[in-house]
Amino acid sequence: MILKHESVEIRSSDDVVKVRQRTRGLAVAGGFSLVDQTKIVTAASELARNVAVYGGSGTATLSLVSENTRTGLRLVFEDRGPGIADIEVALKDGYSTGAGLGLGLGGARRLMNDFEITSAPGKGTKVSVTRWK
Amino acid sequence: MEKIPILKMGRFLLVTIQVDMHDRLAMTLQEDLTDRIVKDNARGVLIDISSLEIVDSFIGRILGSIASMSRMLDAETVVVGMQPAVAITMVELGLSLAGVRTALNVEKAMEILHSLAPAGEEATIHDTQT
Repeated sequence: MILKHESVEIRSSDDVVKVRQRTRGLAVAGGFSLVDQTKIVTAASELARNVAVYGGSGTATLSLVSENTRTGLRLVFEDRGPGIADIEVALKDGYSTGAGLGLGLGGARRLMNDFEITSAPGKGTKVSVTRWK
Repeated sequence: MEKIPILKMGRFLLVTIQVDMHDRLAMTLQEDLTDRIVKDNARGVLIDISSLEIVDSFIGRILGSIASMSRMLDAETVVVGMQPAVAITMVELGLSLAGVRTALNVEKAMEILHSLAPAGEEATIHDTQT
C-alpha cells in the first residue's frame, strides 16, 4: 500500500538537490531514524546523479509504502539513457564510465535493504531501492 | 552566481558550508579555494561541514581533491564537524576520505593547523619578502 507518493523530474545535476530534499521529507514523515534518513538520502543522491549524468534525464518516484506491518521508503529512478550493457560490472566498486568514483550503484545497494535494477543497451535504466524501518 | 564564502583568518582560510551543496557549487568552491590559497599565501584550509546532512560520493571526491590540491600548494586541509550519521553512512557507501584530515570541532582543527604550519615559518617568509 502506498501511503505517500511524489515524483521529481531529473533534467540536470541541479535536480539532485531537489530529489534529496523530497526524499528527506518523506523519510522524516515515515519516522525513520536520523541514521536511516541519512542513508536513504545519500542513496537517493547517488542514484539521482546517475540519472542526470548517465541517463541524461529521467524521473525519480519516491513512495512511502506499507507492507503487512512494516513501513518502507521506496525510491525508483528511471531514465531513457543509453542503458547498461553489463550490470554485474557496473555494480562493482570503483567501476565508472564517467568521471566519478564508481561508488554510486554499489554504494546505494549497501545503504538500502532491497535493490533491483533493469537495464539494457538503448533501453534506459530503472533502479528501484527500498529501505524498511 | 551562488558561491560559498571563503574567510581569511590569519594564515588560514575558513569555509563554512551552510547550504545543501549542489554539484556546480562544489566545483566552484574547489576552484575558488585553490585561487585563494595562492593569492592569500594561506598555509591551511578549514572546512566546516557540520551543517551538511549528507556527504555522497561526489562531495566526498571534491573534499579529497581540495585536500590534495591544497597540499600541492603547501597548505593543509582539515574537515571539521562531520555529523555521526554522515560518518556511518559514508563508510557504508565505501568512502573513507583517505588523505583528508578531520577534527571534531573548530578549536581542535585550529590546533592541528597551527601544529602543521607553525607561525615561525611565516615570519621567515615575511623577512625575505621585505
